[in-house]
Amino acid sequence: MSDARTPRNTVGKARRRVDGRAKVTGQTRFADDVVLPRTVHCKLLRSKVPHAIVRSVDTSKAERHPGVLLVLTGKDFPVTFGILPVSQDEDPLCRDRVRFVGDPVAAIVAKDEATAADALDLIEVDYEILPTRTTPLDAYENPAPRIHGYGEEGNVHKRVSFQFGDTEQAFSTSDRVFEDVFFFQGNTHLPIEQHASIAAPDQDGKLTIWSSTQVPHYLHRSLARALALPAAHIRVIACPNGGGFGGKTDPFNHEIVVAKAAMILGRPVKIALTREEVFYCHRGRHPVLMRFKTGVKNDGTITAMHLKTFIDGGAYGSYGVASTFYTGALQTVTYRIPRYRFEACRMFTNKPPCGPKRGHGTPQPRFGQEVQLDKIAEALALDPAELRLKIVEQPDTITANYMHVQTIGLSDCIKSVVRRSDWASRFRKLPLGRGLGLACSSYLSGAGLPIYWNKLPHSGVQLKLDRSGGVTVFCGATEVGQGSDDVLVNIVAEILGIDPFDIRCVTGDTDLTPVDLGSYSSRVTLMMGNAAIQAADRARDLLAQAVAKKLDVPKDRLVFSERRVFDAEDPNMGVTFQEAVMLAETEFGTLGTTGSYTPPRSPARYKGGGVGPSPTYSYTACVVEVDVDPKTGWIHVPKVWIAHDIGRALNPVLARGQVEGSVYMGLGEALMEEQTFRRLPERLSHALVHKFPSMLEYKSPTSLDMPEVDTELIENPDPRGPFGAKEVGQGPLLPIMPAVANAVYDAVGVRIDEVPITPEKILKALDDKAKGKPGRYGPGAFPNIAYPDPMLVPTPWEGGDGNATNDPDRKKAALK
Amino acid sequence: MKSLLHLSLTVNGEAVETAIAPYKTLLEVLREDLNLTGTKHGCELGECGACAVLLDGQPVLSCLVVAAACEGRKITTIEGMAGREGQLHPLQEAFADLGGSQCGYCTPGILLTAQHLLEKNPNPTRDEIAEALSGNLCRCTGYNQIFEAVTAAAERMRGPK
Repeated sequence: MSDARTPRNTVGKARRRVDGRAKVTGQTRFADDVVLPRTVHCKLLRSKVPHAIVRSVDTSKAERHPGVLLVLTGKDFPVTFGILPVSQDEDPLCRDRVRFVGDPVAAIVAKDEATAADALDLIEVDYEILPTRTTPLDAYENPAPRIHGYGEEGNVHKRVSFQFGDTEQAFSTSDRVFEDVFFFQGNTHLPIEQHASIAAPDQDGKLTIWSSTQVPHYLHRSLARALALPAAHIRVIACPNGGGFGGKTDPFNHEIVVAKAAMILGRPVKIALTREEVFYCHRGRHPVLMRFKTGVKNDGTITAMHLKTFIDGGAYGSYGVASTFYTGALQTVTYRIPRYRFEACRMFTNKPPCGPKRGHGTPQPRFGQEVQLDKIAEALALDPAELRLKIVEQPDTITANYMHVQTIGLSDCIKSVVRRSDWASRFRKLPLGRGLGLACSSYLSGAGLPIYWNKLPHSGVQLKLDRSGGVTVFCGATEVGQGSDDVLVNIVAEILGIDPFDIRCVTGDTDLTPVDLGSYSSRVTLMMGNAAIQAADRARDLLAQAVAKKLDVPKDRLVFSERRVFDAEDPNMGVTFQEAVMLAETEFGTLGTTGSYTPPRSPARYKGGGVGPSPTYSYTACVVEVDVDPKTGWIHVPKVWIAHDIGRALNPVLARGQVEGSVYMGLGEALMEEQTFRRLPERLSHALVHKFPSMLEYKSPTSLDMPEVDTELIENPDPRGPFGAKEVGQGPLLPIMPAVANAVYDAVGVRIDEVPITPEKILKALDDKAKGKPGRYGPGAFPNIAYPDPMLVPTPWEGGDGNATNDPDRKKAALK
Repeated sequence: MKSLLHLSLTVNGEAVETAIAPYKTLLEVLREDLNLTGTKHGCELGECGACAVLLDGQPVLSCLVVAAACEGRKITTIEGMAGREGQLHPLQEAFADLGGSQCGYCTPGILLTAQHLLEKNPNPTRDEIAEALSGNLCRCTGYNQIFEAVTAAAERMRGPK
């Protein structure tokens, strides 16, 4: 069971990560570093047109090309795949339709990469060009032809609509009602490692694939489906990822293609994507247009909020259904919002599919909410920090949309950044061109529901101990840089009282390790950590029984520390850890224990209430300082203060790294990063292509752009977290973008209601302001979208029980 | 193909001979012909810095260097940075201890670039470190723990005052 027990050994101590040596010696084996004898190489032919029917694919010339061993097309892959059960909409190789520039239509396997690349040019594809939908509004206004034959209607992929209490009535009795429209541009993960995979048949004919994936379990499922092989005959090894950030959480075409090719050729087949291909695979931040209508009392108390979002999904489903819900699921967990209405709509367009990037669907509305709060504070003549402190949600509260807030350290976070940034004496008091902005956020410590709905554990851990004194820990979790292996080993070392470097760690291998759902939704520390506690407690208990018998002391008086097991009342009375294992192995036979974790049931019972619940939420506040040159609009960020409610930092070095890495990535999104597209000129086909699919032109912050970051970890252990720990990998990114926007307003008095916040936009707003127009840059009116009738869910304080009142079937089913 | 080119190099102090396709970059030869996979690739266009190695002591982007042009030259890769018996370089120690490496993919290129910086400038400021590493992209750390690790290693390498 999870509990926030107090550590005594390794947990909480700043320490080298267990995989640190491998990383600094270049010995971490990423997917493209796996070298196998007889390997041949694969390249994909990707569509150069954004939307077309594939009339035919002629591979005859390519097949005759010297050095080519295999050519595959859509005909070789009759079964679709996709990450969500409701969106199995991708072909490993397109069969009859391409939906974006970059959609793969054929694959070549050849003796080397250069030969495969040459042979791609010999494939002839006959396309019947279809109209290209470039924007969500374009797709909405032009329902035909449909990009997909599924979804709601036309090019609408998914719409949702909820009403938690009567918002209109609340608006009518509010002192003030604010309406604002915001736009958050798409951006991409840009991991430095390009995706790579190598697949090989085993000696006994089973399949093994090594891949840069954050989700070996879901890749395992997709391979079994798309290749029609028994899952038990497939082994997925998730190599440590060279950065993921959500970009490697979908199963990908190339993984399925090399697996199939390896089984056909009976030898290893490898693929490594080019950087340009990584930009086109994407699954990154959805562009989201949003409208916030918020009612307040004159003291700043929120009476109700109505949020509408309109989402550019790109060409496939990916995680999009979940992303759609996430654009409104977490507005209620930071501040008290007694009534809430949320409507969302995700469109298909002919661009690379969008999916989960760090924060998954929630940074966009968080930007709008935090900028609007800054405007509300200004209008009510309240300090934005004071306003937030007044409306912060209470601990152990069920919100209007039935999210269960556990511990909440947000007030401490706000007070921390206010104090350290000298907010009170500097906000609204700095000279023209310099400003401070504050914003807050919250994030899941793991999604409360799995992608495939079942009652199985979300994470499993196994321990093996033997007479050598050696301990091996096994878990399906995936190291993507965040320190997943270190969390796992740290917890086992803490409970068994040994050194983390004494432990061998085996992770991310579907043959060897129990299932963990993967490195997404900030779930690993909490879920794997609790499973590791259970496994380690069980092992400790076996050892304690055997040692207690030997020493003739009560079991519960034994302490495990410094590689010894000893009597708390007489520390000299004890045995070494190795002796303890030998005693236990003698007593009980071969030693092995397991642990697993399943999140608690959520109070949200309504349909759609499965997205947003989490065992607990993390909280963050930050203050960003900016210098803005009013003549050029140029923005410089000299300093960021941030405080993160982490519950407990299991290894403070890594925790701080997650916070500051999030600040960095947030600054990139705030100031420069854009995944945007342009039409080629008519003579070149009209194709819709990425504006800058290279690391040079897709601007991301370099070491020269990075400000000093002053970080404080707020440690208030959460009973649901392992040793009280909550997530830290995603939440701290969220407040950065709105804090930059709020700081720009403090610096030069213009509102940039759009991300990224570029010098051009600031100049335009300053120019408008000088001409007497509103000093604002951002989207105009929110379009008229037909959202469905809302699911009516009374709030907990208005007699609700978590069910919708207008979905009687579901209520009946829930009662059964 | 009869067009393989004979190439002699000194890699991490060892004389190496190999026959390579003449179009290959130094990055490809290191990773594919010499199995030194510690050198990484992130773009193969000279944009990310992940493939940085030292060529005759100078940091270069190995994806932009034609291997054939390296005949007779000395190359240091990440595999050559640590000493015998597992003795890590002070930079490696500091990066491992202080959070300078998260996913570890950009780390080899950054370590070699930082090693060159410290040879030229044993006591660099934060700005000087940032300048030296500005061609090496890192998406994980936010750079500050990298700066701190370089500073700590420099201090240790300068020794007690």
